[in-house]
Amino acid sequence: MKKRRFSRLTALSLAVLTVAVLTVPALAAESIEVNEDISVSGDYDWTRFADDNITLNVYNWGLYISDGDDDSVDILSAFEKLTGIRVNYTTFDSNESLYAKMRSGGASYDVIIPSDYMVGKMAAEGMLAELNFDNIPNFQLIGEDYLGWDFDPDNTYSVPYTWGTTGLIYNTTLVEEPPTSWADMWDVQYAGNILMFNNSRDAYAIAAKKLGLSLNPASVDEVEEVMEELKDQKELVQAYVMDEIFDKMELGEAILAPYYAGDALTMIDDNPDLAFVHPEEGVNFFVDCMCIPATSKHKEAAEMFINYMCEPDVGYCNIDYIGYSTPITEVWEMLDDDLKYSEIAYPSDEVMAKAEVFDTLPDEVNSALDSQWSEMKSYDAEGSGWMILISLALALALSAFNIWRKVRRKWRDNY
Amino acid sequence: MNKRQSRLLQRTYLVLIFCFMYLPIAVMIVFSFNESKSRALWTGFTLDWYRSLFHNDMILSALALSLVLALVSSIIATVLGTLATIGINSMGRKTQLLINNISYVPVVNPEIITGVSLMLLFVMAQHFGIGGEGGVFGWPTLMIAHITFNVPYVIFNVGPKLRQLDPSIYNAALDLGCTPKQAFFKVIMPQLTPAILSAFLICLTYSIDDFMISYFNSGTMQTLPIAIYSMTRKKVSPEINALSSIMFIVILAIILISNHMDSRQYRKAQTAVRTAMAEEGGQ
Repeated sequence: MKKRRFSRLTALSLAVLTVAVLTVPALAAESIEVNEDISVSGDYDWTRFADDNITLNVYNWGLYISDGDDDSVDILSAFEKLTGIRVNYTTFDSNESLYAKMRSGGASYDVIIPSDYMVGKMAAEGMLAELNFDNIPNFQLIGEDYLGWDFDPDNTYSVPYTWGTTGLIYNTTLVEEPPTSWADMWDVQYAGNILMFNNSRDAYAIAAKKLGLSLNPASVDEVEEVMEELKDQKELVQAYVMDEIFDKMELGEAILAPYYAGDALTMIDDNPDLAFVHPEEGVNFFVDCMCIPATSKHKEAAEMFINYMCEPDVGYCNIDYIGYSTPITEVWEMLDDDLKYSEIAYPSDEVMAKAEVFDTLPDEVNSALDSQWSEMKSYDAEGSGWMILISLALALALSAFNIWRKVRRKWRDNY
Repeated sequence: MNKRQSRLLQRTYLVLIFCFMYLPIAVMIVFSFNESKSRALWTGFTLDWYRSLFHNDMILSALALSLVLALVSSIIATVLGTLATIGINSMGRKTQLLINNISYVPVVNPEIITGVSLMLLFVMAQHFGIGGEGGVFGWPTLMIAHITFNVPYVIFNVGPKLRQLDPSIYNAALDLGCTPKQAFFKVIMPQLTPAILSAFLICLTYSIDDFMISYFNSGTMQTLPIAIYSMTRKKVSPEINALSSIMFIVILAIILISNHMDSRQYRKAQTAVRTAMAEEGGQ
């Protein structure tokens, strides 16, 4: 099903491209055709590092680039062909593991793609290099809505890559009335059919929004209050999961689940019974950004890579594969009408006005969040203290038995 | 309980255990032919995932890295480990015990500790300028790390075999005019070969399998387990099912072939012994 959408999009893109190719040359500088899907601006000196034998180390989320997989366009090899720069592309699974890897000093990357709050944290700790926008002329193609957020107010360090919102996915055939708010995830009639994020910040955001609080806790007390709410919800929750949500929702094993809008589109494609809503209390708006670490040895080549990623054709191929929303206005204009005006992928101003972005948290609040989250996960309303006692007694009995055996053998051997 | 009932119970138990062991693999192989990306719904047969696997540069280069790393590090570890075993074997009893216990520590140590401590060591080396401008992380660190955690497995596979050998055979070889070197290669080595081979295979598996230690020491490189792990935010691609199925089939084939060859050799040896005995009896 997904493929059908893609091919429709591809057909449209080809149409748009043909129109563009037919009309544009007379107006602007000649564009450079890299392959049949990608042409880039001719105003930029793409080949200036061709003889320098540079390898760029790019570190991105898993499955988060159009790399030729699943009939998509391989934009990385197109970049290599265009510039003569080699790309060593590797992937991570979470902002935190990206941070840990950078901090350990065990690797030196040239382009990384952290999310909003991690950009703020890394910038504050001096881990990011200031970008030279002379080398990234395509930065001006980025829509204003996606710039100047709190984590990087002047966009000194970051260029938006993709963005999206969270929201509530539900199975239309199994609900009596479509849910409209996060509070529905606390509704007892869905007990045992609710899925919840298995990561502390996203789960916290839902409970905080339900209580009318900010998803960026200001104090440890606030964290405690919200975590109480999550504890109350726990007996209704079927499981705390991340990518298992795809299978469980598509198969109708659960009724309600929060997830990212881009992935919700994929799920609805696979199972048309599903629907997605932006809860009225407000949602989390996230931006994943391209940044250059301060330790990068090929900063200018890295900037060229970022500029390349912002080329409309490249951005289009990429968004087509990833399924998240694009910050590049021209790419949005190239999209199929269905997707372009989709309330899920590109929500109305009303939703965006209430959306909130994650901030970097102060250390003490952050560690309180982590510890309370693990406490909540291990919390059991019935109490499971006796389990610990039993296993302790078992361990003691086992070691006593062992010692007794040894002593007996020694005693026997003495004779 | 009568005999038939107990037989039935035995069978059920056996089937159950095999189900636990092989059902997950069977499911994975079946779903590598599934048309959609779903991991639960069967939508139709396709070979697309196998096709696209061979076009996916990221997975293929991670696989190539893992295989080369495993092969080279296991060969080096096997050689080092075997030499170490022979050295240990000729030590006094007390030293032997001590060295054996020391080399046992990395095996019982949680992998994460080995991984982090190796990384700290490499970071320190980097501070002293080893590795030059590009830093030391990458091939050298991965190789050293894998050899390090593989060597103890070789020692513990070859050691017991070496201790079982009858020292008088070696002495007899010397008496019959072998130099110590000849005696080692002609008498000791052939007897150790099965143990060395199995040690090598164990190293190979551990090396391909390893996630923790590679994760901390890979620098900007990516082994196969790391590549797969990073896919968990989105759905793990069915190409991984295809790849795992291929690996499973290849390994199964290797095991079956080597077992078949072993048993043939064993039968041959048995017949040879029997005919020799018969001849002797006839004389």
